[in-house]
Amino acid sequence: MATSIPESRPKRPERPPAAARSTTVLRRLFGERKGAAGSVCLALFILVAAVGPQITPYNPIELHLDAQLAPPSARFWWGTDELGRDILSRVIYGARVSLAAGVLAVALAGVVGVATGLLSGYLGGWTDAVISRIWDTLLAFPAIFLAIGIVTIIGRGYLNAVLAVAIINLPTFARLVRASTISLKGKDFVEAARAIGAPSGRIMFKTIFPNCLSLVVVQMAVAAPAAILVEASLSYLGLGSQPPTASWGNMLTAAQSYLYRSPTYGIFPGAALTLVVIALNYFADGLQDAIDPRRTRAGARMS
Amino acid sequence: MIRHVLLRVLQLVPTLFLASIVVFFIIVKAPGDPAQITAGPEATPEQLAAERARLGLDKPLAVRYAVWLSDVARLNLGYSLLARRQVTQMIGEAVPQTLRLALASMTLSILIGFPIGIVAAVRQNSRLDAAVTGLSSIGLAVPSFWLGILLILLFSVRLHWLPPSGVGDPDEGSLYNLRYLVMPVVTIAASNLAVFARFVRSAMIDALAADYVRTARAKGLGARAVVVRHALKNAMIPVVTILGIQFGRLLGGAVVTEAVFAYSGIGRLSVLSILNRDYPVVQGTLMLVVCLFLFVNLAVDLTYGYLDPRVKAQEA
Repeated sequence: MATSIPESRPKRPERPPAAARSTTVLRRLFGERKGAAGSVCLALFILVAAVGPQITPYNPIELHLDAQLAPPSARFWWGTDELGRDILSRVIYGARVSLAAGVLAVALAGVVGVATGLLSGYLGGWTDAVISRIWDTLLAFPAIFLAIGIVTIIGRGYLNAVLAVAIINLPTFARLVRASTISLKGKDFVEAARAIGAPSGRIMFKTIFPNCLSLVVVQMAVAAPAAILVEASLSYLGLGSQPPTASWGNMLTAAQSYLYRSPTYGIFPGAALTLVVIALNYFADGLQDAIDPRRTRAGARMS
Repeated sequence: MIRHVLLRVLQLVPTLFLASIVVFFIIVKAPGDPAQITAGPEATPEQLAAERARLGLDKPLAVRYAVWLSDVARLNLGYSLLARRQVTQMIGEAVPQTLRLALASMTLSILIGFPIGIVAAVRQNSRLDAAVTGLSSIGLAVPSFWLGILLILLFSVRLHWLPPSGVGDPDEGSLYNLRYLVMPVVTIAASNLAVFARFVRSAMIDALAADYVRTARAKGLGARAVVVRHALKNAMIPVVTILGIQFGRLLGGAVVTEAVFAYSGIGRLSVLSILNRDYPVVQGTLMLVVCLFLFVNLAVDLTYGYLDPRVKAQEA
């Protein structure tokens, strides 16, 4: 976009560095091996989750009382569980549970985080002080313990576990948007909007928000794999999705009771979970590099 | 320096205060009536009322919070609703078990994670580097409960080398009990050392690209001296910052891992208490974890300032 502006023209108000166009981002994402592999693998999981009911060999809660804890065979490719339910079908349904948990938790954390981050960054003062104290308080708990505390208060179950995972991710989003809002607040294009009398709400959501959107999207991708892991952990501990719902976490809880009788039972749900998380991590890494190629790769994530 | 430390400790007070409100609300908002649990399912309404009065549940919330907080401040965490034992006593038994687990896995992950991170950085883009990076992305992704199950499948079910669960028997020798520690320690260390390897690698790569390393090379220092004396020393400064985060992860990892191996530490205690609705125990463990976490992070912050005077200058 090399547009030359004649010297005599008044200088245009300074714009933030234009966010990379989505086609460019996609090209960069697929240009790198890990990013491409992660995206393809992730797309496969999403496809399997989406068409799940059409491709499962059996109903995931259908009992086959003649074949309990059966090893993998031609009839049951991945074997059956302690009630004779088909493990392959249950793992496929588990993909829906896990992916939905990741998307829901991260979207919720993103929406609330953006709103509160814009408010505390733009308004400052006591609004900022109060909101920031709340995040400090949440961050005083190690993530899993915070989730456990929240689930204790609001009760066990899938949606409550997802809500807990969203809450533990909230401070990260809110702080990210707050910091970015503060740095954008002083820019000319925001001053210009204020000068023409735009109301605060409009400036926050129409002027500032679009400029921190790419940061939020990247953070969503980075937070999603950890969110999926935490939700699965809560299910494994008996605090998240409850039987008979097929989730990878509670399948592994059940599998652990039958390790001696059916060693293969515990392999598949865990492998699926690990694969999704690896794919998401690669995708998030690739996306981060594609959106901001100058980014230095820091190693720590999923705190 | 002492003033600075005291000031930072004082700054923790409001956070601890707010966190204590959250923890207190667990007992108020949590489903299930504590009086019903202690009085038993067949209690008459009068017995229930008496039990409520005994537990102080008939007082207003603010009063109950004040009473509870002053008790907590005096390290009186109340009684378990189920075990009829003091919560402090139950926590006191669980803490050493978790600390043993945490220290052992932290040591193991530093001993393995740091060297492989350094080697990967020194030989950046080599096949070795690719192996380290690849393994660490697997280590980061494997859920600890699945890794635990795989270890049990291999070492208990198949090879019969290690016991699948428990903490051992205090009457037996330490070598016997050590066998119970192996799989939980490895499970926690796996993800931890992956984080260390990644972080050390990127910190080293940054340090190796710095001007002072080029100068050291230019003046003819040997490769080993450059790596150890110049790059490593500076790379360790940012690495210190993740130790606090890792400590939180370690505690979190302990929750799941202790559940996998029925290892009776703090994590298992809190999960069992939630499942049993034994709220005083949940509150006690959460308060302990929050205090530990805040103080470890403060210690890390202070160490960081001590190691890197530039940070302290910025704060002042």
